[in-house]
Amino acid sequence: RKEGRSKVTGAARYVDDLRMPGMLYGATVRSAVARGRIRSVTFGDGIPWDEFVVVTAKDIPGENAVALILLDQPYLASEFVNHVEEPILLLAHEDKHLLERARRAVRVDIEPLPAVFTLEDALARTEIIWGDDNVFKSYLVDKGNVDEAWAEADLVVEGEYSTGAQEQLYIETNGVIAVADADAGVTVWGSMQCPYYVHKALLKLFALPPERVRVVQCETGGGFGGKEEYPSMIGGHAALLSWKAGGRPVKIIYDRAEDMSATTKRHPSLTRHRTAVTRDGRLLAMEIEFVVDGGAYATLSAVVLSRGTIHAAGPYNCPNVRIRSRAVATNVPPHGAFRGFGAPQSIFALERHMDKVAEALGLSPEEFRRRNFIREGETTATGQVIREPVDMAGLLRRAFELTNYEAKRERFARENAVSGAHVKRGIGFASFMHGAGFTGSGEDYLKSVVGAEADVEGRVRILAASTEIGQGTNTIFAQIASDALKLDYDLIEMAQPDTGNVPDSGPTVASRTCMIVGKLVESAALGLRQTLQGAGLLRDEYTEAEWREACRGYVERYGALKSFSQYKPPPGVRWDDEKYEGDAYGAFAWAVYVAEVSVDTLTYETRVDDFVAVQEVGKVVHPILAAGQIEGGVAQAIGFTLYENVVWRDGRMVNNGMTNYVMPTSVDLPPIRVHFEEQPYQYGPAGGAKGIGELPMDGGAPAILNAIEHATGVSFTHVPLMPEALMRGLGDSV
Amino acid sequence: MSADTARRVDVACTVNGTPQTLRVLPMARLLDVLREDLGLTGTKEGCGEGECGACSVLVDGELVNSCLVPVLQVEGASIKTIEGVAGEAELHAVQQAFIECGGAQCGICTPGMILAAMSLLEENAHPTDADIRHGLAGNLCRCTGYMKIFDAVVRACERAGVKA
Repeated sequence: RKEGRSKVTGAARYVDDLRMPGMLYGATVRSAVARGRIRSVTFGDGIPWDEFVVVTAKDIPGENAVALILLDQPYLASEFVNHVEEPILLLAHEDKHLLERARRAVRVDIEPLPAVFTLEDALARTEIIWGDDNVFKSYLVDKGNVDEAWAEADLVVEGEYSTGAQEQLYIETNGVIAVADADAGVTVWGSMQCPYYVHKALLKLFALPPERVRVVQCETGGGFGGKEEYPSMIGGHAALLSWKAGGRPVKIIYDRAEDMSATTKRHPSLTRHRTAVTRDGRLLAMEIEFVVDGGAYATLSAVVLSRGTIHAAGPYNCPNVRIRSRAVATNVPPHGAFRGFGAPQSIFALERHMDKVAEALGLSPEEFRRRNFIREGETTATGQVIREPVDMAGLLRRAFELTNYEAKRERFARENAVSGAHVKRGIGFASFMHGAGFTGSGEDYLKSVVGAEADVEGRVRILAASTEIGQGTNTIFAQIASDALKLDYDLIEMAQPDTGNVPDSGPTVASRTCMIVGKLVESAALGLRQTLQGAGLLRDEYTEAEWREACRGYVERYGALKSFSQYKPPPGVRWDDEKYEGDAYGAFAWAVYVAEVSVDTLTYETRVDDFVAVQEVGKVVHPILAAGQIEGGVAQAIGFTLYENVVWRDGRMVNNGMTNYVMPTSVDLPPIRVHFEEQPYQYGPAGGAKGIGELPMDGGAPAILNAIEHATGVSFTHVPLMPEALMRGLGDSV
Repeated sequence: MSADTARRVDVACTVNGTPQTLRVLPMARLLDVLREDLGLTGTKEGCGEGECGACSVLVDGELVNSCLVPVLQVEGASIKTIEGVAGEAELHAVQQAFIECGGAQCGICTPGMILAAMSLLEENAHPTDADIRHGLAGNLCRCTGYMKIFDAVVRACERAGVKA
């Protein structure tokens, strides 16, 4: 790991570790009301207000909107508020403690308006709170002819499934430092995944040209999607304070309570399935309705919805599929990116439902899936022809071997039937896929760029905006460049993501960093070699000494040695954004996850005793980092399933602390056993890598609930499954 | 500000082997004194309520959450932070094992986790898998799922010539 040493010695500098001369601290005054009209703002007694920098919407030099997809979300509410914790006013002072007292002394009087707190109420339009119909975005995927298929069906099975919000809970909260004034422009340092998103947002906020705005990523203590869009908000806030303070640096670091209550979470979801099958267990038609709760503003909901929609029909071959999906508005803080990005929600529903259909057919869950697994040459719900080899049945077989699934399935059923045993055991699985990179035309639209430069000593520096957020970007990119150039890994350096110095490689999201940007790293690095060879300075085969010599010769003769590479779609990719049809992703990762559980029917505690994750992610670039990604994702999925429950009251998260919102500790998790089958992807870097980061979030929840159904005989349809719900569900049945 | 100055008291303690006399507000959190007064920013704040362990330090060899410790309590104590773990030239065996095994991802929990692992191994040189899990249960990691951290602790034991 490139930055491993600095991380284990405490030398790594995160944004809260930085201090600048004359620095002020910033704080945010927020709405206590979910929806309403701001009547007045008053500054309470006992605070030396003249010492404070105060920013309201009136102080914004450019447009009061966080530029992302739409421009509906203000940086600071001026007339109306649409969710609890919506920012209204900013304060800065050099004394943190006085600042906190001042924040509490600001009184915002808001006349409440009727609000909407659930996606059901948003759909029912109990109140129109956004646009004409509370709908941010809708999609329709329509393959074959679903309406005609019902008549041919031997059996039609329906089901409804839902998932709750989930907090990303990176251990480092959101934080930034900004320096901004009319002469020097705006610079923001911070914890973030996507420096160019923040850059784009600041241009609009300050009405400045691109070269006057600079965004620098500091060491970042976890993201998981939670630092995809939110840094544009907090970065803008700190910059507004600094601008008003005449360019003094302003630091804003959220405490845990503020981070949990005010920033984004995973979208809650509701999915309805109606599935037609033949008696021999073939899928005839799938009709799926998928709804996500986007919160008060559009933010990234359209894109989250897109991914959830495309994954909703899973890795199965079904001739007729209709998916209708909607992202709706509620008066809660905007939900946002979180690992998996809509797919864990729709895959949860599908993989619970597949077990239900199997049972209705009298087939085992595995036999029903085997009869329908998608194969090379067949098409997904969007009509994407699978052109790479795929072997879901092989992954299933491998996962079953590693867990002794069949024998355990039989043994647990037998043991559970013995009366008196209050701990019931079960084993279940989920099979699924995850598309790597941006959906549809997204990558083509982004046209990401990566640079590589070599200095006079032959050291290679990779210029990319992709951020290291713990997942290993620095290491993977250096390894890809080192392999491509056949140079020592230590000769490769990673430039700090700084929009003043690196090109726009796109955001660090969507499992795209290794597969998409890594490929650009590879070609940019190879570009250096081609340049040297073109100049007659390097042979086809070379030693490191010859490489160094060639670089020296080039730089001394011609100046800087640089190479840039821009994304081009693989040949034959087609996508129709209107019909939502075609090649949704360049490649899919494929997986089967098996969970073994014990359910205590006296205490209603569920434990995951064993977890096996088998997946095919193309070529595995770095086995330790890859396994680390899977293990961490599975742990978050187990949290999503059994532990992490956001408690809402009138649109407010009331358990906004680590004491009451519980993530898995080291004693809660089972052994997480990771196995890769390698099937190189022809357009991937480093011999054929695909995306990996989000995949492990997808399969845990359905595998665990399928196992719980095996243990208890009760089919649960909502996660998180908290002990209280387990108790209600089990009733007298066990 | 002047009122603050008047309320400050002297606290004498040893930090990473160096004797210090700190002029501090008595109820200041040890975490803030380490980070702000001494510039030892390797100790992190994750939650401020003693749940996550990112601020773990050793006080007289005892693992504590420095966000919960008023600085007055460390009068006369010897404190070790992550900055005091490595030797002059070499990393501590636990640090080295974290690098090799992939025990650090984003790195924000890592300083606290390493001190927790050292504290565990100090008390129990032969930890079982269950001992390791319980020994680290006060330190949250959101990246790794803990598996690579367990591997690192086992490897550090092996390095020390002890079979886990």
